[in-house]
Amino acid sequence: MRESARRSLCVLAAVALGATACAAGEERERLHVFAAASLTDVFTGLAEGFEDAHPGTEVTLNFAGSGDLAVQITSGAPADVFAAADTATMARVAGEGGVDPAWAAEHGERGAVFATNTLRIAVPPNNPAGVGGLADLAEEDVAVALCAEEVPCGAASRTATDAAGVEVTPVTYEEDVRAVLTKVELGEVDAGLVYATDVAAAGDRVRGLEFPEADTAVNAYPIAVLAGAADPGLAAAWVDLVRSEAGRDALAAAGFGAP
Amino acid sequence: MRSGRSPWILVLPALTGLALLVLPLTGLVVRAPWSTMGERLGDPAVLTALGLSLSTATAATACSLLLGVPLAWLLARTEFPGRRLVRALVTVPLVMPPVVGGVALLLVLGRNGILGRHLDAWFGVTVPFTPAAVVLAQVFVAMPFLVISVEGALRGADRRYEEAAATLGASRAAVFTRVTLPMVLPGVGAGAALCWARALGEFGATITFAGNFPGTTQTMPLAVYVAMRHDPEAAVVLSLILLLVCLAVLAALRERWTNT
Amino acid sequence: MAPPDAPRTPGPDRSPPPVLDARLRLERDGFGLDVDLEVGPGEILALLGPNGAGKSTVLRALAGLVPLTGGHVRLDGREETATPVERRPVGVVFQDYLLFPHMSALDNVAFGPRRQGLSRAGARERASALLAHMGLSEYARVRPRRLSGGQAQRVALARALAVRPRLLLLDEPMAALDASTRIDVRARLRSLLEGFDGATVLVTHDPLDAMVLADRIAVVEGGRVVQQGPPADVARRPRTAYVARLVGLNLFRGTAEGTTVTLDPAAPAVSAGTGAPPPEDAGAARVEVHEAHHGPALVAFPPRAVALYPRRPQGSPRNAWHLTVEGTERFGDQVRVHLAGRPSLAADISPAALAELGLTRGDRVWAQVKAAEVECYPG
Repeated sequence: MRESARRSLCVLAAVALGATACAAGEERERLHVFAAASLTDVFTGLAEGFEDAHPGTEVTLNFAGSGDLAVQITSGAPADVFAAADTATMARVAGEGGVDPAWAAEHGERGAVFATNTLRIAVPPNNPAGVGGLADLAEEDVAVALCAEEVPCGAASRTATDAAGVEVTPVTYEEDVRAVLTKVELGEVDAGLVYATDVAAAGDRVRGLEFPEADTAVNAYPIAVLAGAADPGLAAAWVDLVRSEAGRDALAAAGFGAP
Repeated sequence: MRSGRSPWILVLPALTGLALLVLPLTGLVVRAPWSTMGERLGDPAVLTALGLSLSTATAATACSLLLGVPLAWLLARTEFPGRRLVRALVTVPLVMPPVVGGVALLLVLGRNGILGRHLDAWFGVTVPFTPAAVVLAQVFVAMPFLVISVEGALRGADRRYEEAAATLGASRAAVFTRVTLPMVLPGVGAGAALCWARALGEFGATITFAGNFPGTTQTMPLAVYVAMRHDPEAAVVLSLILLLVCLAVLAALRERWTNT
Repeated sequence: MAPPDAPRTPGPDRSPPPVLDARLRLERDGFGLDVDLEVGPGEILALLGPNGAGKSTVLRALAGLVPLTGGHVRLDGREETATPVERRPVGVVFQDYLLFPHMSALDNVAFGPRRQGLSRAGARERASALLAHMGLSEYARVRPRRLSGGQAQRVALARALAVRPRLLLLDEPMAALDASTRIDVRARLRSLLEGFDGATVLVTHDPLDAMVLADRIAVVEGGRVVQQGPPADVARRPRTAYVARLVGLNLFRGTAEGTTVTLDPAAPAVSAGTGAPPPEDAGAARVEVHEAHHGPALVAFPPRAVALYPRRPQGSPRNAWHLTVEGTERFGDQVRVHLAGRPSLAADISPAALAELGLTRGDRVWAQVKAAEVECYPG
């Protein structure tokens, strides 16, 4: 039903744009994976292996902020699998009936947690403000970037600072964790709260400082097969790959913790 | 004007185009939670963002007028080597994704930027994360609209009036302020309106260069974006408020101009 | 550059020194301008010429809007060649007047004095006085688009005079007016110009404007002055085909030998309209004139002095030529008959005479002109 609707939309679009062909890859099966931006490197690597293991399948990856993806999914975007950066967002999708019921019956309605991520204090390599711990971020002459509290990393930052009893007034609430990282990389701020995976991805452009209060704000990544999946079996296969040994190794290499 | 049936080959695409522009707006209006509208409007956080948006967009338009009109004059009225290149450069912000513009601004005026480094060292001035940065980001993305509009008006203006003014003893500066500028005022007005509207809607360069802090740099589009993450309904309301204010101001200005 | 028939050329002892003394040399895009002008105080010089002759370039050069490549511009003996346009004591009435559309008539006129450093009140006072002089006091607050053509012209004149120029330039002052108002506006302009004691140069392609408005006419063709003199002289004794056509005369170039002028076959004549070359028949045409001349000469007579006969006129064999009818056209209440032959000329006859002769294209007819009607002057 949905597929036919999509095809007719496709035809309509082709007519509107004057295109001659619509979808050349129609004969190949597509798997649409929506994943939090922090999973970009890991999932891109996994997709190659998946396509090799499932000939005739093409994995289409859509990376963005979890919240954006949730809006897209509940608005009817074609999605088979959703990997979110926090449980709340997955809960929102589940709440709107977005998770495949058969899969949910087996793995839990709110998805299966496949990785965790913990906060780090990111500082420029030379650490100009001499930041050593969370308390230093409250210093007035230390410019700090945090995620906006509305996005998962912002909520986690808040939890951590609250646990430490520290009142941090940042110069900016960035719209996502990457933006915080960019500000640190450019040296525009002296410190920012980001995830371990971001520090790993940034290489030597930033230094990541561990801090004890990070344990209070461990971020769990849930994954689920979606109700709109064209081929739930194939979607489940992707989820299994992510949770397999190979998946865990790839995640660990990118800085993720085990669930 | 010849009356009669308009040709469908024009009307059909015209109506389709109009639908394309109006339908998303209709979606906003239909889905807006009108019952909570008043309450949201009274929200001090919303008012703060709206006030910041209006004041920064206006300041950005003023800056654009101050810098952009002379720039348009230079492009329209003088010959210098590389004029074509300069003209192309002026349009770069139009094609550059605003986020990239924001990064570019950071690289120049940021704390470690090419110029920003010295500003910081010599004057202790840091631009990013201030309302000035919001204005700068808006000027960067919006000024080209003004420059292009004014340049077009200048090119279309009858230069013989300027010669007439010169024979009456007007210096080049006086010719510009007393004759050229008043005569291209409609073009300047249209350019300023476009510029203001673009500045008001500016998001990418602002959030990158100026950051997002309520009361200081969080303009309406930023508030909309952040609200989108946890409360899409609020985002719809904020968008509508921004849109309505923008339309009201532009309509009022248009009324004023066309009635004089 | 004073031709022999220009009696108003300022002499070294009799005339006052000229206000304008200009030698204009200009090379641009393959077009060369080489014009010398002298205009005395209160004198009005009309530059008359076809489109593209360089008249407007002369005006722009005098105003300083185009730089000269050689020569000079002096006003009251002062060197102004290098003076930038905004500092030259020159006032210009542009074609289409170019009144600033965003200013009232008063502000248009006050614009110049303000730029010259007068106070706002002083400039307005001067502007008001000028507008009153032009009879436009009640239009002071009116925007230019609400003015008629004649009113706009007077505002433009007031605006040009408001800067107290020594040289007043008018570029096609009548071109923007419709025919019905031209006569009044022209007469009024003449009287308004009379009060100006500086030099006036006006450019026009309309001989009537030049005749009515100017004290002296300089005919410009191909970037050069080809004839200069009082309007009556120019009208009576044209020196080029262009002028002859403008003033409606048959003009021929030839060689005088006593009272007989042998017309140049090489330069077929220039007449009040016919451009057709003469057919290759008899030898060179001869014209009898009433005053004796010797050497190169120009011969001119008006088309209405030509009489047409179906047969060779008896009694007076002088100035009778057998010619071919090229065509006819209405010309006022007369009919102009274009004749080809030696010489080719135009004749104006009454419609009744035309009917009587029953002329059609290709007919042969005898044309005769009385020697007393023929103007002959050195060529």
